[in-house]
Amino acid sequence: MILALIDHDSGNLNPVSLEMLTLARDVAGEAGTSLEAAIVGENGRLLAEEVATYGVDKVHLVSHDRLDSYTPEAWARSLAQLANALSPEAVFGPGTDRGNELMAHLGAILDQPLAANCTAVSPGAPYTVTRVRWGGSLLEEAEVRGDLPLFTVAPHALEAEAVSPTDPAVETFTPELEENAFRVRLAERVETGEDKVSLGEARLVVGGGRGVGSEEGFAILEALADVLGGAVGGSRVVTNLGWRAHADQIGQTGARIAPDLYIACGISGAIQHMVGAKGAKQILAINTDREAPIMAKADYAVIGDLHEVVPAIIEAIKAKGN
Amino acid sequence: MEVLVCVKRVPATGARIVLTEDQQAIETRNLGFTVSPHEECAIEEAVRLVEAHGGSSTVLTLGPAEADEQLRDALAVGVDRGVLLETDGSDWDPQATARAITEAITAQQEDGHNFDVLLFGNESADSGGYQVGVRVAHALGLPVVTGVKGLEIEDGVARARREGPAGAEVYEVDLPAVFTIKEGINLPRYPSLPGRLKAKKKPLEEGTPEKKEGGVAMVRLENPPEEESEVVILGEGAAAAPQVVAILEELELI
Repeated sequence: MILALIDHDSGNLNPVSLEMLTLARDVAGEAGTSLEAAIVGENGRLLAEEVATYGVDKVHLVSHDRLDSYTPEAWARSLAQLANALSPEAVFGPGTDRGNELMAHLGAILDQPLAANCTAVSPGAPYTVTRVRWGGSLLEEAEVRGDLPLFTVAPHALEAEAVSPTDPAVETFTPELEENAFRVRLAERVETGEDKVSLGEARLVVGGGRGVGSEEGFAILEALADVLGGAVGGSRVVTNLGWRAHADQIGQTGARIAPDLYIACGISGAIQHMVGAKGAKQILAINTDREAPIMAKADYAVIGDLHEVVPAIIEAIKAKGN
Repeated sequence: MEVLVCVKRVPATGARIVLTEDQQAIETRNLGFTVSPHEECAIEEAVRLVEAHGGSSTVLTLGPAEADEQLRDALAVGVDRGVLLETDGSDWDPQATARAITEAITAQQEDGHNFDVLLFGNESADSGGYQVGVRVAHALGLPVVTGVKGLEIEDGVARARREGPAGAEVYEVDLPAVFTIKEGINLPRYPSLPGRLKAKKKPLEEGTPEKKEGGVAMVRLENPPEEESEVVILGEGAAAAPQVVAILEELELI
C-alpha cells in the first residue's frame, strides 16, 4: 500500500494534494498495490469524498482533540504512528510548504530518506525519481533506498486527474501524543487583507528590475498595474536595494507567479528570477538591451526605456477606453 | 546567547546553467561561489541576535576545502568563528549531511559551545531538499520552526513568524531551538573593508567528517527541456505602445 498525505488548512484543501494523488495513483498502479490517504484533523473529514475521486481506496482520518490547528511536529508524530501501524511501502506528500515540512519531520522521526519535489517516480528497489533542483532550473535523476521511502511531488509538475468517484472507507486513527509534541506553540494567526490582488493569483503582473532606477520609479509600474487590474512585483535586486518590500519579490526565494501576461520592465532575466515567472503564460519584456537574457524567455518585447514606454502604454490604454 | 548558523557553498549561476560532460555537477570554471539568499539572511540574523543579546556566533559549513571562502564571508559581516567540515566535494544527500552536522554540533557542545539558537536556510539553493535543519533538530532532540521570516527572543522564549496559507502564523518555543530562515527576515549588510581584514584573524576550526550515506543517491543532472520562444519585437520606445495595446486586447486583459 502507498500512503498519501493530504495538505489542508481547517478543511481547505491545497490543490497540489490532488496533483500528488494523481502521480501516487500511477505509482501504486505500477507497483500493483493500493493507494490510501491520510488526513490529519477532524476538520479534514469533509475532504474524504473529494480525495476518493482521485483513486484513493481508503482514507485514514487522524483524529485527536489537539490536532485541528496545524502544529507541524504533532502532525508529523501522528503520521509516524500511522505509518508504523499501516506499514506502507512508500509515503507521498505534496511539495507545498506544509507538505515538505511534514515530510521532513516524518523522515527525521523515522530516519528514512525523503526525495523532495519530484516530477516523476518509478517504484522498485530502488525507487527512481526525477526531482527539481535550483527551483526548477535543473532536473536530477536519483535513486531512493530505504524501508520507507518518502516523496513530495513538485507543484504543477502534472495536472490533477480525477477517476470515477467511489464511496471511500473512512477509518479513524487516534494517535497518542505526549506534551513534548506540542512544544512549538501556535501563538497567533494574522489574516492578511483581501483587498489587494496577490502576486501569486494575479492574471496580470507588472515586474520591475534594476532598470526601474529607484523606489519612486515604481510609481509608473503601479499606474500600469492599476489600469489593468494587476499586481506589481520585482526582481531580487530591487528588493535587496529596498525599492520594494521583500513580499513583492518574484523568484526562487520569493513569490511564484502564474499570470496570463507578465510585463517585465527593466529586468535582465537572471535564472533565479525566471523560475519564479515560469508559470506565466506570456511574457512581454520592456528593456533597453536587445541582448538581455530575458529576450530568450519572452514572447514579446519592446526595445526602449521603460520610463518612456510604460507611460505611452498607459496613455494608449486610456485613449482606447474613451 | 550562543548562535549557530549553518550554510552551504553553491555556485553563483548566471542566466543559464551549464553541466559538466559527465552530468554529475554544474560546470563552475567560470563561476563564483556564494550561499543561498535564505542563508545570507540567516547569517545576518545570527549577527543581529548577538548584537542585541550579547554572546557569540558560529558559522558552520559542510563542503570542500574551498568552502572556507563562504565562512570568511560570514566572518566579514560579524560572525565570530567558523567551523569547516571538509568533504571531497562530492554530493552528500540530506541524511548524510544532517548526520555530519549533528555530530559536529555535539562535539561543539562538548567543547562548551551550548547553542541557544541554531539557524539554517529554509532550503538550499541547489539541491532544495527542505529537510537538513529539521533532521538536525530531531537528532539533537530540539524543537524546530521552518520558513521563519521574523524572530524575536525574550527571556529564553522565541516568537517566530512565518507565512501560512491564510496569512501570518506566529509560533512560540522555548530555547534552545532550531529555526530555518527565509529571505525577507532582514536585509543583509555588506562586508566592510575592516570587516574583511578582521575576518582573516578570526578562528576557523576544521574537521573531516565520515560520510554516513543516506538513502537518496544522485544519478545525473539534466537541463530541463528548453522552453525558449522566438521573441516578437513589437517596436522601439514609446512608438510601440499601440502594438502592446493590441496584445493586451488579444489576451482579453482590457
